[in-house]
Amino acid sequence: MLKIEALSKSYTAGVAALDNVSFEVAEPQVVAIIGPSGAGKSTLIRCINRLVEPTAGSAILNGENVTNLNSAGLRKARRRMGMIFQEYNLVERLTVMENVLSGRLGYVSFWQAWRRNYPPEDISNAFKLLDRVGLSGFQDQRADALSGGQRQRVGIARALMQKPDLLLVDEPTASLDPKTSRQVMRILVELAHELSTPTLLNIHDVPLAKNFADRVLGMQDGKLIFDGTPDELTEDALTLIYGEEDWKPEAKAGSPAEQENADSPEQAAAV
Amino acid sequence: MTDGTAEAGYPDIWRRFTPRQTLVRYVWFLGAVFVAVWSVRHLDIPWFYFLDAHVQAADLAVRMIPPDWSYFDVIARPLIETIHIATLGTIVTFFIAFPIAFLAARNTTPNRLTWFIGRFILVASRSVNTVVWALLFVAIFGPGPVAGIWAVAFRSIGFMGKLIAEAIEEIDEGPVEAIASTGASRLKVLLVGVLPQVLPVIYGTTIYRWDINIRESTVLGFVGAGGIGIQLYASINQFAWDEVSLMLLAIFGVVVISEYVSAMVRQKIT
Ligand SMILES: Nc1ncnc2c1ncn2[C@@H]1O[C@H](COP(=O)(O)OP(=O)(O)OP(=O)(O)O)[C@@H](O)[C@H]1O
Ligand SMILES: [Mg+2]
Repeated sequence: MLKIEALSKSYTAGVAALDNVSFEVAEPQVVAIIGPSGAGKSTLIRCINRLVEPTAGSAILNGENVTNLNSAGLRKARRRMGMIFQEYNLVERLTVMENVLSGRLGYVSFWQAWRRNYPPEDISNAFKLLDRVGLSGFQDQRADALSGGQRQRVGIARALMQKPDLLLVDEPTASLDPKTSRQVMRILVELAHELSTPTLLNIHDVPLAKNFADRVLGMQDGKLIFDGTPDELTEDALTLIYGEEDWKPEAKAGSPAEQENADSPEQAAAV
Repeated sequence: MTDGTAEAGYPDIWRRFTPRQTLVRYVWFLGAVFVAVWSVRHLDIPWFYFLDAHVQAADLAVRMIPPDWSYFDVIARPLIETIHIATLGTIVTFFIAFPIAFLAARNTTPNRLTWFIGRFILVASRSVNTVVWALLFVAIFGPGPVAGIWAVAFRSIGFMGKLIAEAIEEIDEGPVEAIASTGASRLKVLLVGVLPQVLPVIYGTTIYRWDINIRESTVLGFVGAGGIGIQLYASINQFAWDEVSLMLLAIFGVVVISEYVSAMVRQKIT
């Protein structure tokens, strides 16, 4: 499905933001990418759909090398890659429906886009997706009238409108509260599984990653240094990725309340 | 709270500027005074005429009052023509300034050459006054409102194009990236990702410019480019001050109305 071969990127000569990263996603699974700030997670994801031009290496999606496509070929390839952003990146002054339908822009003519004249199957698919992300009835709201969680769900619907072969997700929950984060993650992961769409997902929240991902990649200094199941992401593995730190929740501050909470399932999952 | 004694260990003096900065500020101030004095001396202003300026002004006021209301029949048509010149000129500007703004904005222009062309058009348009444009177009199209419309448009292109281009450069790039990553073409990215973000500015500047153009169109007739300026110029030359005052009142009325309309429209767009 997706094969990354020796992908590298230097923004400034000599400093590798992404350093010779290789891995393969052979089945439709949700792959969480974790690592400290500046590890190169966003760079990795953006090099795949070439919002950032990689310096070397290749990204091969379903047998096609995306890295050396010309601009017309790249546009075709991008249609097959849905992207979801931390800041949602909706067009604020457009309605929810216009934002969702913009996922089909690669398939309609300029004139159709101008007149917002999308094919009927796109429109019914948009309504279906809005329903699936829990936003039925919101189609005529303007995007700037939505809350963060609602915006991100529009973002998910927009990406899935593309019927993508690959979902690229950059910190989808970093701007959301814990509960909304979990809701958004649940919707995202459920839909990814249901539609058999392999998903690369950058995330800072390790418990959330362990909860929802099928596989975890760990990055540090532009290099891939961990690749395993959520269960294999032990304290030692976290220390490897993030550096020395006491990962037990009860080690933090050490207030009695926190110690009690350590027994709750969510906290236990974090260990 | 304070008992008038300084806290031990903390400085009790704080100045906004260092002595050096203060000196530099005085130098700038003296420089500005020098430029003003120098300008006035260079202009060789005949101070003699100022002695009876107040008498002249009073005399003019007396001749202007009351306005010659009967003259309104003569100026009604030119007045409406003035508004039409401004409106048509603004509409023409809208369609020309719009694509040029996208050329002149760094983040939407295809390459450096197109950016330079866009910027050049904007600067050229703004460096020439409307009346000068009118003189050129009267020479090309002959006297009349057509020359006025083009004069208004050519001056406005630079104004609107510049403001719209600046708005384009300040948009949020996030949605643009998102639209580009759906595989949309450049043009569709502009349509869906950029245009909605700058639409309020486009509407706002268009209305604002229309407002300015109404005022500018009133003097286009001085050089034969149509509108009420023709009558205004004639009456001034004949010292028919009661007609002049009527026209000034009429123009004032139109400007007030345009001000009101533009305020209303600008409030509607968000
Ligand atoms: N546009 C850019 N220009 C120059 N350097 C960049 C640019 N984007 C990222 N970098 C650098 O590349 C490195 C990797 O950045 P990247 O954004 O991929 O990290 P990240 O893992 O996504 O971090 P975070 O978790 O904070 O989002 C960092 O050192 C960063 O400073
Ligand atoms: Mg990042």
